Formats: sequence, structure tokens, C-alpha cells
Amino acid sequence: MADIVSLKTAIADLVHDRDVVALEGFTHLIPHAAGHELIRQGRRELALIRMTPDIVYDQLIGAGCARRLTFSWGGNPGVGSLHRLRDAVENAWPSTLELEEHSHAGMAAAYAAGASNLPFGVLRGYVDTDLVGHTSVRRITCPFTGEDLAAVPAHRPDVGVIHAQQADKGGNVQLWGILGVQKEAILASARSIVTVEEIVEELEPRPGSVVIPSWAIDAIAVAAGGAHPSYAHAYYERDNEFYLQWDAISRDRDQFAAWIERHVLGTSDVVEYHRSLERADIAV
Amino acid sequence: MSVVSTYTADEMMAVEAARRLQDGDVCFVGIGLPSLAANLARATHAPGCVLIYESGTIDAKPNELPLSIGDGELAETALTVVSVPEMFGYWLQGGRIDVGFLGAAQIDRRGNLNSTVIGDYQHPKVRLPGGGGAPEIATSVRDVFVMLRHSPRTFVERLDFITSVGDRVRLVVSDLGTLEPGEDGELALTAVHPGVEPESAREATGWDLRVSDDLGVTNPPSDRELGALRSLRTKGMVE
Repeated sequence: MADIVSLKTAIADLVHDRDVVALEGFTHLIPHAAGHELIRQGRRELALIRMTPDIVYDQLIGAGCARRLTFSWGGNPGVGSLHRLRDAVENAWPSTLELEEHSHAGMAAAYAAGASNLPFGVLRGYVDTDLVGHTSVRRITCPFTGEDLAAVPAHRPDVGVIHAQQADKGGNVQLWGILGVQKEAILASARSIVTVEEIVEELEPRPGSVVIPSWAIDAIAVAAGGAHPSYAHAYYERDNEFYLQWDAISRDRDQFAAWIERHVLGTSDVVEYHRSLERADIAV
Repeated sequence: MSVVSTYTADEMMAVEAARRLQDGDVCFVGIGLPSLAANLARATHAPGCVLIYESGTIDAKPNELPLSIGDGELAETALTVVSVPEMFGYWLQGGRIDVGFLGAAQIDRRGNLNSTVIGDYQHPKVRLPGGGGAPEIATSVRDVFVMLRHSPRTFVERLDFITSVGDRVRLVVSDLGTLEPGEDGELALTAVHPGVEPESAREATGWDLRVSDDLGVTNPPSDRELGALRSLRTKGMVE
């Protein structure tokens, strides 16, 4: 059964320095509030996994929380580069960042394998690309047809973190809209945290939703607005303006540090974070 | 509506790419020019064109062009939304996609693409976002369409990194013209856009670009195409 706790407690109890941590979300329902709490609690040397590291990973990397990143696309969607990620890779600032780079198909297969308790995922992938030299892909032969295929080691994070629209009082979680790889990330992980927009009496079935039972989750924390600047389908829209502004905020080390200091370290939770952003004339 | 007489290079690219899509084609679409082209095709000659975005939205019919491949607009207008492992497993690897659009930072004469790094991988001059879906899109769809602006830094003799292979690249649309592979797989200039000399395309290419014997000239965008394109852009394109 999932414990319904504060996000502060969930992160304090379940995420440790040097853990392998996957905060997942494919442009939708990105667990920003949980990422901010990792920064506030000063987690260090995390090995981060994410298909599409975007702003929250830029923040974690720039704030010095990460030593390693396993990913397939790292950018500010629709805008451009992640400047903190680039600064870490190109200039080792604030510290070196080890990369393990995959394709989306490989990452998805690795999560599905992890959720299935298999040692590796199989796909027709990585053919003739230079990625092979920079990742842990191996070639295997199909025992039935002899076909040459790619094997990717399963993702087995210590902690999986996602954001969902709702949980019920018993801790069952429902998310809907763009589903990404969130279900797989939770089921592949040894421990799991789900932040939600709200806790409802009873989950109302939604078309195409994913429901994760309470007993497959360790901790649930309410974080209304916890996906900002990404969105929560049926709750609030994507803050496209913030994504555009992040390009300028993150380009400069000092400006980035000031932003983190003011809106993340200077706030105690997601409610204060939103108030802090509202008070700023611009997000900077 | 007033007569549309001038157009930008980007508009020419989007219009020409859209024309190459057939009604009923199932298209794997990225953000930016590919999304613009595929939505234009759907709004003009190919209303039955099926748009799939890698976030899992199948048969999305966005009324506004999205900023990201996962905008809510795509999920709300889609026939169905599937998870990312299902998208890449059942739909892409399953061989159900006709056309996949790719962009990149570099392309070589065989249509191989680099979207990973400029410079050495360990000590890159520029760390790019990375391949994302490209490695398997390039080997799983029937036809790959590439949209790239011409420059000797982009059309290069040798890639800094091979992110995806060019075996299925059937068309490259640039701001100067179109390139298509010959029988040996090497890309040749098959058409120039109106007002472009083939020599400018050769100069903007980092290898000795072949020019097709029956080099054509792209038809300029029609008023109908430009009107449809601009109504798409003005509905919500964030520039």
C-alpha cells in the first residue's frame, strides 16, 4: 500500500545520494515539484535516467545533483538546447556528467524489460549508428530465425518518480492524456513516488487512462501544479512562455543560480514555488 | 483574400514537402517544419493523411500547431493515445508507418544524419539534443523525408557522428531545392526552387554535389497552398 505523505517526507525517505533515479514524463505530467524537492534537499551524485531530459533535468544538473545521465533526447522541446546540460558536458560545470546515450526505442525497450523483470530488452535498433560505441547495446542473434537484433540492458532504477492527475484515498493512481513511459518507469523501479494534482474520493474511469494500483507504489504526495511548466491534462495547460524564457535564464550560470536560489531553494514547496513565480515580473 | 505573391524559404520548404505526401500516408511527424508540412498536406490535397507524433498520439488533427510533440492539443484531437513503448514497438517497429520526417545538424551524401554532437563525442564543440526517435525511424518507415536548410556546415563530406543511417532517405527538401538518391544511393540535386541557380546549391554543399540530368524547377507555392499554410501558422505557431 502506498503511504500518502508530504513530498518532503517522500523524497527524504526514499531517495538517497548516489541512487539511480528516473523522473519520467514525456512532455506531459513532468514531475517538476519532485525535482525541485531533490534540489532543496541537496541530493548529490544521482545517476539520472530519462528518455527526454528537459528543463527539470537541466535544473538538477545545473544545481549539482547529478553525476550521470542515461537518455535519448536532451533538449528544451520546441525551443532548443539545454544550456545547463551543455555546460556540464562541454565544460564539466558544475561537475563532470557521464553520459549513456540511447535512442527512444532503446530506452522504451529498456524500461519495458525492467518492468517485466527481464535482464534486457530486444529491438531492431541502433543499426550502423555511432551510438553503439557510446552505450551499452549489444548485438544478439534470434534463436529461432537467426536475425541480428539489438539488446539493451533493462532499466532498474532505485527510485522511479512520476506525476499523475489523481490518486484515490487508498493510494491508487490514475493518469490520462499522453502516457509516455510512466507506468513502465514505476514498475521497473525498486521504490516509487507519485505526485498528484489531487486526492479524490474515488477514481472516475477516463478513456485511455493508466491506473497503477496502490500496492505497486511506495509513496504518494499531493503537489498541485507540480508538473509546471509542463502540463496536467484536464487541470492546466503547458506554460509555453516559460519554456521560451528558460532559454535565457539557463544560458548564464549566475542567472541560473539566482533563479534556483529564488524560486526553488528560497521556497519550501510547490505552493510557495508558484507564489514566487507569480511575484516575479518575469520568471527570471 | 488578397493575391499572395511572395513567400519565404521556409514556406517553400513546407509546401514542397507537403506535396510529396499522399492522401492516406501514415506519417511520423516531428516539431517545426515537418509538423507544418504534414498539417498543410492534411489541409489541402491529402485530408486522409494520418499524423503520428512520437509522444503516442495517433491520427492527431491539431487545430493549432503544437510547440512540442506532446502538447495537449495533440492528445485531445487524436483518435487514440498510446504509451511510448507501444508507439516504438507496435507502430514504428511493427512497420505501420509510411513516411518519417527527420531533421539534423548534419547530412552526408548518402543521407546519413547527425543530431548528436559537433566535434568529438567526448569533448564536443556543440552538444546537440541527440537522436531521440531518429535511429529507428530511419530504419523502420517506408520513406524518410529530411528537411534541412542548405549550408556547407550542414551538408558535409563527413559527419561528426552517425545518429541515423540514410538507406531509406527518399527526399531531402532544403531552402534551395530538392535532393533525391540515385541508384547507387548518393543524393543528387533533382530540382531547384524558383530563382535558385544549381551552382548556389553546389556551393552550399560540402561535397561535390551531383546535379540530375533532368534537373527541374519546383513550382512556386500556389495562393491556395500559401493561404492554407499561413492560416496554420497564425493559429498558434510560436515563433
